[in-house]
Amino acid sequence: MVFPGSVGGPTNLREPMFDTLTDRFEGILTRLRSRGRLGDAEVNEVLREIRVALLEADVNLAVVRDLVERIRARCSGAELSKSLTPAQQVIKVVSEELTTTLGGEPFKLSYASKPPTVVLLAGLQGSGKTTASAKLARWFKQQGRHPYLAAADLRRPAAVEQLRILGKEVGVPVFSEPTDPVEVSRKALAEAERVGRDVLIVDTAGRLSIDLALMAEVRSISSALRPDYTFLVIDAMTGQDAVSTAKAFNDALELDGVILTKIDGDARGGAALSVKQVVGKPIAFVSTGERVADFDTFYPERLASRILGMGDVLSLIEKAEREYDAGVAEKAAERLQKGQFTFEDFLEQLQQVKRMGPLQGMLGMLPGVPKEVRDAKIEDKDIGRIEAIIRSMTMAERRNPDLLNGSRRLRIANGSGTSTTDVNNLTKQFREMQKMMRTLGPIAGLGRAKARKTARNRKVKGGRVTPSPRGAR
Amino acid sequence: MVLTIVIAVVGVLVLASAGLLVVTRARRGTEARHRAPGVPHAAPSHLRQGPASPAPEGAADAGAVGQVAAGALQLGPRPALRDRLDRARSLFGGYLEQIRARAVDETTFEELEEALILADVGVRTTTALLDDLRSRVRSGEIEGSSGALLGALRADIEGLFAGDSAELATAPPGSGGPTVWLFVGVNGVGKTTTIGKVAAREAAEGRKVVLAAGDTFRAAAGEQLETWAGRAHAQLIRGAEGADPSSVIFDAVQHGAARGADLVLADTAGRLHTKVNLMEELRKVRRIAERPPGKLTEVLLVLDATTGQNGLVQARQFTEAVGVTGIVLTKLDGTAKGGVVLAIRNELGLPIKLVGVGESAADLVEFDPKEFVAALFE
Ligand SMILES: Nc1nc2c(ncn2[C@@H]2O[C@H](COP(=O)(O)OP(=O)(O)OP(=O)(O)O)[C@@H](O)[C@H]2O)c(=O)[nH]1
Ligand SMILES: Nc1nc2c(ncn2[C@@H]2O[C@H](COP(=O)(O)OP(=O)(O)OP(=O)(O)O)[C@@H](O)[C@H]2O)c(=O)[nH]1
Ligand SMILES: [Mg+2]
Ligand SMILES: [Mg+2]
Repeated sequence: MVFPGSVGGPTNLREPMFDTLTDRFEGILTRLRSRGRLGDAEVNEVLREIRVALLEADVNLAVVRDLVERIRARCSGAELSKSLTPAQQVIKVVSEELTTTLGGEPFKLSYASKPPTVVLLAGLQGSGKTTASAKLARWFKQQGRHPYLAAADLRRPAAVEQLRILGKEVGVPVFSEPTDPVEVSRKALAEAERVGRDVLIVDTAGRLSIDLALMAEVRSISSALRPDYTFLVIDAMTGQDAVSTAKAFNDALELDGVILTKIDGDARGGAALSVKQVVGKPIAFVSTGERVADFDTFYPERLASRILGMGDVLSLIEKAEREYDAGVAEKAAERLQKGQFTFEDFLEQLQQVKRMGPLQGMLGMLPGVPKEVRDAKIEDKDIGRIEAIIRSMTMAERRNPDLLNGSRRLRIANGSGTSTTDVNNLTKQFREMQKMMRTLGPIAGLGRAKARKTARNRKVKGGRVTPSPRGAR
Repeated sequence: MVLTIVIAVVGVLVLASAGLLVVTRARRGTEARHRAPGVPHAAPSHLRQGPASPAPEGAADAGAVGQVAAGALQLGPRPALRDRLDRARSLFGGYLEQIRARAVDETTFEELEEALILADVGVRTTTALLDDLRSRVRSGEIEGSSGALLGALRADIEGLFAGDSAELATAPPGSGGPTVWLFVGVNGVGKTTTIGKVAAREAAEGRKVVLAAGDTFRAAAGEQLETWAGRAHAQLIRGAEGADPSSVIFDAVQHGAARGADLVLADTAGRLHTKVNLMEELRKVRRIAERPPGKLTEVLLVLDATTGQNGLVQARQFTEAVGVTGIVLTKLDGTAKGGVVLAIRNELGLPIKLVGVGESAADLVEFDPKEFVAALFE
């Protein structure tokens, strides 16, 4: 495999993606600390970095240009803040611009005075329309409504069957018949009126924006239904093409909002920014997984920091909440705060943490973690060593590290194939953590509000919601 | 150092997961309240349950069986990618034609950069390609108009794929069992559809094909594949909903071997590469698919051409987990260009095998670098 031309080419390309924006800004802007204002030269340099970061996050090129100019206008000649480093200051501006672009008017849903309220979903193939239809139906149900689903995708094999299964899962009736999509929509609307369902959600086939026949079809569906809301369903992994797709669907259908799907992955989701900019309508919902419950309203701040590749505490916490056994964690946390956390607890928690994925990845999601720490290589064998040491302790020693005298430490070192220095380090660090956690106030953007309440809520919610086999995922 | 980090991270996560760390909204006056996002996943024992080895009780019900292809399905001549892409030409139509005749200057490079970025090639690959071109212009290796520069760029990109073959590997004849091709990828990219198309193609060429409905998770995934089995005149092996996917694939291989099938195409549920447990499940699927008498010769990652830079991450993670042997690039009949495959080819060495250009059985073509690059710049 030869990469074009120069010797330097391939190796350059294989370097790890890039440090976080903050790191790069710190590098550029440290020189500035002593001076009073952001100069044009520095701003230009920083803007180049921002441009690259946004492009890597799949924000459309035209949208990037526009954003960069707005950021330039706010940064050039700006007075340096006393409390923030210049890098933090720039990040703040960028993050505010992204949040503003993504946010704007929040999505507000009002119901049609003459029911049913009609909701039409459209988008490219495989973007998640059918799944989102069922999720939306479930959501309306939770709002106390009586939704009705129409399966107007008669093209894709088993699309109707798919919606029927999902409809059953969320307890919402599904209408379809093997005629044509416009006919199905019309009849579904009449049927919803007849049986008194107050919301009608219409799932349509996936279509390309350049497929003239299919775009005409969805327009006919729309004129037959006169929907109150038309949503574009778009995959968060979409690249530069998001703009042309959003534009074409918006031109054809006059969208009211966007449903962003598959944000449970690690795509940076810049497409959302492009779509928002082009369509000018709010991102109404996000789809966060394959199960019908994985659906949420949209938070612009979260996505803004994600697009920037900054620590995403929220996802980390979400992840922890999903993968962790809440009951066990709650007890452990209590002991941790009271300073009663033992090696035994630690070992148990370590097992849980390991389930969440590589520790390295989690480190990257924590905010305010210094670069040296983030870059420290944590390997399985490091964790293995910690485990081995604890496993070589007796139960009494695990519960009461004070017992660990010289001879016991030697025995543990021998038993775990490590050195007494390793054992000493572990006990020392462990004590320090105990101290730190006990005094833990709000750390880097984290507060303690509502702690008990949240923990308790989740306990209730933690039960298995869907009894079907689908619940296993 | 590492020790401190591990301990601290565990500590923080314990607190976070117990709900003791709650994110405070930046906005003043707003209550620091956050709903627990989503409902916690139901199964803390993270692997979906299933017999460690394919047990007979997971046995597939071979009830839904299409006809094994006796003759050939008429697919007509294979469409050229170029023909299929006609519709996609509106966006950049003639865009680069305009610069062809001009002399090379920084604007030319900017325009090329724009075209590459808009095609999802990514900043890094784009920069590497253009930096190299720049130095060759400087050294006089490339001279003349912008047209020459564009030509050189095209040649460079085509060169990336030099030596790749779009051919899919099969087990040598007389190896005592069917060839197995495994299809993997994130949700909704076109795995099941591609299997249907490949089945139609192979059956039309006279091979006896068995489809394994290894997606036992998504609603109606089995029915979808069943329709395709019918269209392609292939046989379908299904399991119950929620059955262990590896056992379904195991059964399909057994069944195929017993009936003298040539090829088993194994479908899998879409999964994001970030889901540790699902990737673990896929590893197991691969291990089972490798068992004799089956011969696993291809693990194909299906990639949606509309995907942006995340495509590279997908390719890396799936390769790491199940040893991907090639890429199928779908939905290239749309306006998206699929440029991320350049980075995938360059960084991971993965060849592009097939290209999806529509939703029907005939809409599958072999990857051709020349046509792909031509489309990239149109
Ligand atoms: N991980 C994840 N998967 C999702 C999400 N939303 C949908 N999916 C999956 O994506 C795939 C495609 O979803 P569908 O709802 O069938 O998509 P569609 O837009 O109806 O597809 P077509 O009708 O074929 O155009 C399925 O495997 C879904 O389970 C999400 O938010 N996260
Ligand atoms: N236009 C176009 N659509 C395609 C192509 N390949 C697949 N599709 C469509 O994309 C959608 C998703 O395809 P599937 O085959 O169900 O995707 P999948 O990867 O099996 O999805 P999951 O199993 O849900 O993860 C369907 O509507 C297909 O018809 C293609 O090459 N071009
Ligand atoms: Mg659908
Ligand atoms: Mg599928």
